Amino acid sequence: MNIVVTVKQVPDTWAEKKLDASDRTTDRKSVDNVMNEMDEYGVEEALRIKEAHGGEVTVVTMGPQKAVETIRKALSMGADKAVHLTDDALHGSDALQTSKALAKVIATLSPDLVITATEASDARGGVMGALLAERLGLPQLTLARKVTVDPAAGTVQIERQADNGYALVEASLPAVVGVVEKINEPRYPSFKGIMAAKKKPLTTLGVGEAGLDASEVGLASAGSKVDDAEPRPPRQSGTIVKDEGDGGAKIAEFLATQKLI
Amino acid sequence: MPDTRLTDEQESLRSTVADFAREVVAPVAGRHDEDQTFPYEVVEGMAKMGLFGLPFPEEYGGMGGDFFALCLAIEELARADSSVAITLEAGCCLGAMPIYRFGTEAQKQEWLHRLCSGEALGAFGLTEPDAGSDAGGTRTTAVLDGGEWVINGSKSFITNSGTDITKLVTATAVTATRDDGQKEISSIIVPVGTPGFSAGPPYSKVGWHASDTHPLTFADVRVPEANLLGTRGRGYANFLSILDEGRIAISALAVGLAQACVDESITYARARTQFGRPIGANQAIAFKIAEMETRTHVARTAYYDAASRMAAGRPFKKEAAIAKLFSSEAAVTNAREATQIHGGYGFMNEFPVARHWRDSKILEIGEGTSEVQKLLIARQLGL
Repeated sequence: MNIVVTVKQVPDTWAEKKLDASDRTTDRKSVDNVMNEMDEYGVEEALRIKEAHGGEVTVVTMGPQKAVETIRKALSMGADKAVHLTDDALHGSDALQTSKALAKVIATLSPDLVITATEASDARGGVMGALLAERLGLPQLTLARKVTVDPAAGTVQIERQADNGYALVEASLPAVVGVVEKINEPRYPSFKGIMAAKKKPLTTLGVGEAGLDASEVGLASAGSKVDDAEPRPPRQSGTIVKDEGDGGAKIAEFLATQKLI
Repeated sequence: MPDTRLTDEQESLRSTVADFAREVVAPVAGRHDEDQTFPYEVVEGMAKMGLFGLPFPEEYGGMGGDFFALCLAIEELARADSSVAITLEAGCCLGAMPIYRFGTEAQKQEWLHRLCSGEALGAFGLTEPDAGSDAGGTRTTAVLDGGEWVINGSKSFITNSGTDITKLVTATAVTATRDDGQKEISSIIVPVGTPGFSAGPPYSKVGWHASDTHPLTFADVRVPEANLLGTRGRGYANFLSILDEGRIAISALAVGLAQACVDESITYARARTQFGRPIGANQAIAFKIAEMETRTHVARTAYYDAASRMAAGRPFKKEAAIAKLFSSEAAVTNAREATQIHGGYGFMNEFPVARHWRDSKILEIGEGTSEVQKLLIARQLGL
């Protein structure tokens, strides 16, 4: 199995996220940056499939130079090699442009399986799996809480998470699978893995080398634009409802005023 | 923010163990402390990451890292739970290290793979009711009889000696009396399960509740002559050389605890409001925390220095003693101050600082008291 897994470096999940005042893109300089937590599940699943069926796991990311830290983490978990698409021209790309650029890179790797997370914790668009599948012309199996690959039959079957249970969905390979956090427990890299990571092959591509035109990507030609942003309002102090026999009604009343029910 | 003194690999290891400590160790630390139970599930997770094999070469199942790497892991674990950190420290420095340093090839092959994988734990039995820093007080004896050592005696306060996965104890014993009347002390490997060897009930300790500590009894314990570890008569001297590096590891543990006290105090001082403002806005509290941070920073610098010297093959005896002395006292002071900052809540076991306070005191005692550290430093100064 030739497995490609996409990862993204994002501002630390627990840090307050800000936009850069000059161009309203994500501010990555004032915070620690980490691998998108949900991507760890994708990497873990890719490694488990490889351990079961053999093959190779290639990590693909698009991001600034610093995103190499996230690549290194995936490699230290056990991925075999990586491709890092990095170029100043990519700065400010939206989801559509990102999917175009990533699909270009992934297509050259001829994968049997592409694994993505359901969403990244910064933009939380949750569309990359679907966009990549369309761009690559592959079937998409999203919200997978379990993945079963049958390389001999050339199929992949998933349990697709639904509100009231799950749906069994099957597709022929190659395919794009998006995984949810329930799917596994990502491993922690071992020190041996950390040491081995720096010796693993890493290909760094600029826009031109990836076969992209600089005018197709980046902030200037993005299909969506951030006009303005407001910081999250400070948290209001809570309301304490004292139960004098009518606690339930009072809570329902409160929820109704908040338009929650 | 990454520490500029660390290499990329050291920083990756540090942050990986920090994630593990936050996600796996911290959530169960309070429960294991309260119940005084050994955290097998946490130790298994540490084993999977290869932490027990960190400073050992790959040919023996190790990770091929160095002692500095082990110290970084110990510090991060201690930020969540000192018991878990000492389990790793004792497993590596006292259980496996003597065998790696002084063992024959056969002994290394027999034990190190299991110890490095974390599947088995080893313990070192040195301390006795009448012998700690004073080796002359050792009463445990080992006599050769028909190609076997016959061991009799008892040991006190032995870490990792009674878990379900403890597979060996290396014990120091008097093997002869020298011509000058001094005792000849040697180290002998005793596999768990050898008839006559037993671990007594666990101690009731002030802290380190989730760390496994027992008294040991040897009653006509017979092991093959080949279980002698290192040169006959060098048992105590060999162990002292192991303790030099163990001090750096204890220092790292103390820094982790001191840092945890800073972290908890900052969170609490921001959240706790009295007289209409967070208590951290009062200089009486803010200055305490500034001093705690300073102590932690200096203590970390001291152990980084000792560990770097050791890694570079330079003398580090004095620096290790300085790091152990300063950081253990920093940990005790920080724990006391953090408890004070938390007020009444600091005396409640549900707050981690209460556990840190109980866990801190042993750091000024174990692996050489503060007084012994001063003695070592003074001797290095030619006094």
